[in-house]
Amino acid sequence: MIAALRERIHVLQKGLKSFQRGVHPPHRKAYTEHRPIELFVPAKDLVIPMAQSLGAACEPIHKPRTEVKYGEKIADTDAFVSAPIHAPINGVIGAGTIAVLPNGRRMPAIGLKLPTEGSPLPDNFLASFLDRNWDGVEPTSFDPDEICQKIRAGGLVGQGGATFPTFIKLKRNSARPIDTILLNGAECEPYLTADHRLMLECPEAIIVGLQLAMHAAGAQRGIICIEENKPDAIEVMRKVARGRAGLELAVCATKYPMGGERQLIPAVLGRTVPSAPKGLPLDVGVVVINVATAHSIARAVVRDLPFTHRVVTVTGGGAQRPGNFLVPLGTLFGDLLEQCGVADDAAKVIAGGPMMGPTVPHLEVSVVKGVNGILIMSDAEVAHGSESPCIRCGRCIDNCPLYLSPTKLAHAVKHRDIETAERYDLMACCECGCCSFVCPANIPLPQYIRSGKNLARVQAAQKRAQEQAEQAKAKAAEAPPEPAAK
Amino acid sequence: MSQADSIPPAQGSADQPGKSEPKVFHVSSAPHLTEGATTRRIMFEVLAAMLPMFIIAVYMFGGWALALTVATVAGCLVAEAATNMIRGRGQASLGDGSAIVTGVILAFSLPPSLNPYMAFIGGAVAILLAKAVFGGLGQNLFNPAMVGRAFLMVCFPGAMVNFVPTRLMEAAGVDATTMATPLYAAARHLAELPSQWELLIGNVGGCVGETSALAALVGGLWLVLRRVADWRQPVAVLGSVAVFAAIAHWLAPDKYQGVLYNLNSGALMFGAFFIATDYVGAPVTPKGRWIFGIGVGVLVMVIRLFGAYPEGFMFAILIMNALTPLIERWTTPTPFGGHVAA
Repeated sequence: MIAALRERIHVLQKGLKSFQRGVHPPHRKAYTEHRPIELFVPAKDLVIPMAQSLGAACEPIHKPRTEVKYGEKIADTDAFVSAPIHAPINGVIGAGTIAVLPNGRRMPAIGLKLPTEGSPLPDNFLASFLDRNWDGVEPTSFDPDEICQKIRAGGLVGQGGATFPTFIKLKRNSARPIDTILLNGAECEPYLTADHRLMLECPEAIIVGLQLAMHAAGAQRGIICIEENKPDAIEVMRKVARGRAGLELAVCATKYPMGGERQLIPAVLGRTVPSAPKGLPLDVGVVVINVATAHSIARAVVRDLPFTHRVVTVTGGGAQRPGNFLVPLGTLFGDLLEQCGVADDAAKVIAGGPMMGPTVPHLEVSVVKGVNGILIMSDAEVAHGSESPCIRCGRCIDNCPLYLSPTKLAHAVKHRDIETAERYDLMACCECGCCSFVCPANIPLPQYIRSGKNLARVQAAQKRAQEQAEQAKAKAAEAPPEPAAK
Repeated sequence: MSQADSIPPAQGSADQPGKSEPKVFHVSSAPHLTEGATTRRIMFEVLAAMLPMFIIAVYMFGGWALALTVATVAGCLVAEAATNMIRGRGQASLGDGSAIVTGVILAFSLPPSLNPYMAFIGGAVAILLAKAVFGGLGQNLFNPAMVGRAFLMVCFPGAMVNFVPTRLMEAAGVDATTMATPLYAAARHLAELPSQWELLIGNVGGCVGETSALAALVGGLWLVLRRVADWRQPVAVLGSVAVFAAIAHWLAPDKYQGVLYNLNSGALMFGAFFIATDYVGAPVTPKGRWIFGIGVGVLVMVIRLFGAYPEGFMFAILIMNALTPLIERWTTPTPFGGHVAA
């Protein structure tokens, strides 16, 4: 309680942006925060899943054994909510295969073989990725529709983890105007430093990307949001943003989950986003984009370079050579980790950060558009202990940033009582994991809630099907006698 | 060729002998970090917070206080072990400390002259009838210690109201075998009431652990600052008692004692911090905890001023325990962005 008071005083004194509740996990960013971004050159063939984002899966364009060049589009679809996929390297298309996604799902994929001769990437690829010369680029000289088209053509999706196609978020819609874009550089997950390094090493492109997004969406304000624990990034971004119209910088309290849309928007703008799944930041005139997404927007719109690589933090007590790597999408975890070394006491490999990232059972998992880190936790770092009975301490409720009742949800889901779970707003949960972080009984609350959500979807689909069947039956039964009765 | 099939599990390179066998990783749901709180630690922090009261109790009532505490804890542990055995679920729950906490709280709410065998029965009944039959830790509706106390009041009505003078009083020359509690004295309008100082340090007749308001306050504040106990219930209980007592005293100053006398006497300070904050019997919702605390405070005062018993903390807790599911249902929290739209 004293620590909480001290924190509140600190937030008020420094004028930090913050939100109610939430937790303070250890940062553990020292492993990689001072390591510059390095280029990772794959030693093994890539396995590129056909859906790396929310929305429809793509269809391969080329036949096997076709040679493709870096940046060439290799898969696309006509579906609206989708993003095309491009070749991250020069190579040869292999036979169709199956990729394993970080969440464990299996997905049709293209195997992309390394070229037998020549370099897989253009010369100076890292230098061009981190190119800081964006002078003379005038974001308003682009047509807003053209920006969205180029973002769609570049295959951009949100790189913070949600992987929603970016062009849809930025499309202008007079019914729901967007007045503010938040550039999310909070990076509130412990261990991860990919966004931090990108802000330090390539701030100009990020700012240009933000300006392009503002112009595309018709937003007048662009607010750069960075947690207080990254003072160097705050300084660099402030310097680059200075003098550009509409840009502001918000220093946020170091608190988890600051980077969640539903926490960042109230913290910075004081607006409350209606609850998921129907409520969206768009409802309050805001779009949140990750710094890595903004970087990709600048590359896609100004330089016509598609989204083929992303910065991945390889970190944790089980990583022998931690670092921030520029990795081609489709790289297998095993290939990347072979270069970083996995310690003997490695206990868990996690795609993403320790609060929300799923564990992978083996390393034949592909790096996809939403993977911002690979965390190898040593045995000593992993939280041990098994689930014990809920003692109703109420910590999960007191710390839930969405004001939900995780223990009630888990209890209802355990009894497969979806009706009760929905009364406690099951679908509003963002699965941030604060509840389980503070739970003394070690209950995997987000896991119960996730399975409850799945069960709710299944039950809703069953109900719809049943209703349709009944309606059809009723129609068939009623149709003939009706004219006779009249 | 399927690339995924041709790639060996990626641990170490082939030229590193002994590392070639595929490595298996733990799979679990996020989050993978924890703050470090455990049920066991919470229970032992509660026990630590009761240490000041325990020391005062032993100082005031001597070895009997210790014997009673040992007896109730033994009763609780024996009942817990026996029910674990019957239910075939292993003895892990003995180690979580919850049965010990129940035992100590029960001991603290018994008169110091009670025969330890009665205390043992009380402890066993607390666990058996109030906790185990509902399914063990976290499942009980009523506070086990209060149920144990209620059972003893029914079975041993005489022994349960037999309060003795403290050793400090005996040293000061008080020669009596029984001693009125401050609340009994107030209810019967006895001429001699203990001073505020005596109430604070616990130099009054009363139950083992509930005599010194100061010791309860110190331990309780520590628990609240450690965030083991919620601050809402103590504030609600003490606040509502204070308001109630102030109004009663203002209306009839001769008949009813003032705010401080009510706050510092009986089980109130101990109960507000250690019994009303019991997780299981109180609502989990923040608003519900306010309602629970206010309900306890109001009921305590109603019983004290208008009831047949001079003190009513036990009844207040048991009544509010019964209302807890209803309160919870009534105070379902509204999510930050409003309820999910249909």
